[in-house]
Amino acid sequence: MKLMVNGVTHEIGEGLAEKRLLDWLREELDLTGAKAGCEIGACGACTVLVDGRPLKSCTRRLKDVAGSEVLTIEGLTPPDGLLHPLQQAFLDAGAVQCGFCTPGMILAAHALLLRNPAPTRAEIRQALHGNLCRCTGYQQIIDAVELAAPFYRK
Amino acid sequence: MSEMREKGWRNDGPAKVTGRAKFTGDLKFAGMLHAVPVYADHVHAVLTGIDTAEAEKSPGVVRVLTHRDVPGTNRFGQIIRDFRIFADDRIRCHGDVVAVVVAETRAQALTAAPLVRVAAEALPALLDPEEAMQPDAPLIHESHGSNIINTHRVRRGDMNRGFAEADLVLEKTFTTPFVEHAYMEPEVSIALPRPDGTVEVYGSMQHPFSTRRFVAACLGLPLADVEIIGTPLGGGFGGKDDTAAIVCARTALAARLLNRPVKMVYSREWSIRESYKRHPYRVYYKMGLTRAGRITAVDCRIIADGGAYCSVTPWVTWRSTVQCCGPYVVENVHCDTFGVYTNNPVTGAMRGFGSPQMNFIIESLIEESAEQLGMSGIALRRMNMVRQGSVTITGQKLEGHTVAMEQVLDQVLKEIDYETKLARCSHGRGNEEELYGIGLAMSYRGVSLGAEGVDFCAAIVNVQADGSVLLEAGVHENGQGAETAMALILARELGIGLEKIRYRRSSTSVIPDSGTTVASRGTIMGGGAVVLAAREVKKKIAVSAAADLGCTPGEIVFASNQLSGPGGRSLPFAEVIRRMFQKQQFPYALGVYRAPQVTWDEETGQGNAYFTWVYGCQAVELTVNRKTGKVRLLNAVACHDVGKAINNTMLLGQIYGGIAMSTGYALHEDLQIAGGRIAHTNLQRYRIPRAGDLPEMTALIVENPDPVSPTGAKSIGEPANEIMAPAIANAIYNATGVRHYALPIRIAGSDAPGEAQKRGAR
Repeated sequence: MKLMVNGVTHEIGEGLAEKRLLDWLREELDLTGAKAGCEIGACGACTVLVDGRPLKSCTRRLKDVAGSEVLTIEGLTPPDGLLHPLQQAFLDAGAVQCGFCTPGMILAAHALLLRNPAPTRAEIRQALHGNLCRCTGYQQIIDAVELAAPFYRK
Repeated sequence: MSEMREKGWRNDGPAKVTGRAKFTGDLKFAGMLHAVPVYADHVHAVLTGIDTAEAEKSPGVVRVLTHRDVPGTNRFGQIIRDFRIFADDRIRCHGDVVAVVVAETRAQALTAAPLVRVAAEALPALLDPEEAMQPDAPLIHESHGSNIINTHRVRRGDMNRGFAEADLVLEKTFTTPFVEHAYMEPEVSIALPRPDGTVEVYGSMQHPFSTRRFVAACLGLPLADVEIIGTPLGGGFGGKDDTAAIVCARTALAARLLNRPVKMVYSREWSIRESYKRHPYRVYYKMGLTRAGRITAVDCRIIADGGAYCSVTPWVTWRSTVQCCGPYVVENVHCDTFGVYTNNPVTGAMRGFGSPQMNFIIESLIEESAEQLGMSGIALRRMNMVRQGSVTITGQKLEGHTVAMEQVLDQVLKEIDYETKLARCSHGRGNEEELYGIGLAMSYRGVSLGAEGVDFCAAIVNVQADGSVLLEAGVHENGQGAETAMALILARELGIGLEKIRYRRSSTSVIPDSGTTVASRGTIMGGGAVVLAAREVKKKIAVSAAADLGCTPGEIVFASNQLSGPGGRSLPFAEVIRRMFQKQQFPYALGVYRAPQVTWDEETGQGNAYFTWVYGCQAVELTVNRKTGKVRLLNAVACHDVGKAINNTMLLGQIYGGIAMSTGYALHEDLQIAGGRIAHTNLQRYRIPRAGDLPEMTALIVENPDPVSPTGAKSIGEPANEIMAPAIANAIYNATGVRHYALPIRIAGSDAPGEAQKRGAR
């Protein structure tokens, strides 16, 4: 089976079919932006986008996502060394503290803005419902998503 | 600040938004082994044997470690050395670790862990602190001679006179729950043996120096042989001190004995099982007031469940004792506080550190007594609150800083339009489905450690030959932006751009032991040290540059990347530094900020407990659904006197985050423990606030620079997290007409009559 991650296609051996997507990304590809916070799909720190939809990578085996396109935080980061506007907005708005939830939070917000580039604050809160943050109280995360939204409307 | 915009800039910002930030769990090293802990399913038992033979035969297992393998001391602690690195005589709580399995892979270690056989004879578990403190109760730690870990007291005035003067006496019992820190990153550690015999440790912990003491004690090594290296920390909130340090100690032991790198990654279940919690309190509180509203006396008895080990229970309960009357002047006070051993999970430091419990009680009772006296809660607060020159319940005269209690109260009242909205509260009346309420609470808080411990901090400023600067301070980056704040302070002192400053990767082998980054002391203590180091290095630079600028050193101004003399002559900062190196002079300085002295008499509970204080007030609007009892938060306003704002963006983040955590304390968080076993083993059942649970928040900042703080700054981390719970309790009362004496607040809607309210008395 095949799996595309950040634009690169990987051939997956049958022996890896049962491996969790999160573990495979972290251990085999060294894509450690996705974090293990609870490993039961409750915290969202492991969020990646699968075919554009936010998905908790701790809850999926590789066989479940075969043939899909996966985007991780590393793939959102432009190769030129600059930041994606949403990443920059997270910094400008002060949405980052410890940073453990940040990659998952940014990807969940990215999926929302691709779908709805003019969300209300209530819609942002709803879209981020699956992503826990213990540091920020979410206020500046919501601010960041609002700040980045105009970029998605272009 | 060309490319770096100061607003929102963090030295670790780009790494954290791109996934490049390497947390401890993201690191790997060649030849690395994997370790996992082994627990015994007992709450209290005599340990009679640990058989590791079968586990050691399991594929990939390299070694199984128990207390028998500890070359140093197996028993350690910051106050009482009762923590076991590995259980050695008894199991005292369900989170005790009896062994660690080390294997080539994590999967192999996990497979082998259940093969460790533990023989133990169960003992009755003591789970209620008031039973445990009875004289005939069996002892949890025989060497301590009592299950009472510690006591504190306040003795002030004359209680008979105080209550005789009272026209109203309220007597209530309050309870608060165990609270899990729920930092997003569970504990993790990596230890590397170095060729010279020293050990290098990476870990998810917030106290590198304490961790070093635990590791060195366990390994039987001098402190200089252990280096704790800072990595990004996925949240601490007070919770990654001693139990996180013990995870590091076990990992370091494995690395040292096996002479290979070892990694130990905790699952969320292990983290919740083993780590310490916020203390549940049971408080018997009696308050007397005159008809006019003056508080005449407070008599309180505070019982804190310390769990199986001491941790920092004596310090947590000391703050509760000092602040047992909230920000109010009371002439007659009698307070007895007990920290008690039980076989429950260990309790220790958590953001607030003994104040969230007490503030819930006091700010609830203030409102209740005001209503009974027929006056407003605000008027009652104004009559009794601390003001400039007031004397606290421990006999401390509040002077030398601005006592801003009324200032922050007034700002919140105005911002949220409190009086107008108070008149609209439902009080359980009317026919609307959604009952409306507004509520408020306020506090003062002693800054930093107070009489808990020695309080000083170091910073090193090391200017390089090209004018770039390396900075390190003895505070830890917990995610709050400590390193960024230190860099901002230094940039302002030296008058150079932030892009010239690099905060060094922290190491316990470089900076002197400056204590722990807790007690909201990072900015005041670390920032103070940075200012003093900067002044010292500026003095050296100015002396060196004076001749070139044709003036005396004292006349030189550092600004805009230049040094300028009064005659209009100036030189670029980098050029001055280049010339210093040519003259064999190092622009290097160590700054040490020593907190002003505090005093404390344990017998009377009197003294100058803290060298300065902060003042805060928070208010909230909410609705309660009459049928379901569901609470919806509509709006929250906070105002805090922080002394001086160093980084406005991060300061707001601390306030919002503090409000959020306190919201969980008020409404959701109650770590269920049945028979000593935690029932809420992961985050699907232990419910912390999500984005949709929280209201829009407004934070107002008052700046009264503190003369004893070199930056003028004081504290925000904990002040922000200690009063939203009582504000919510008061708002719920104003909405429903029902007062709650237990946290978290469960409201029985009309759909579920009476059911939820019964759980108050645990």
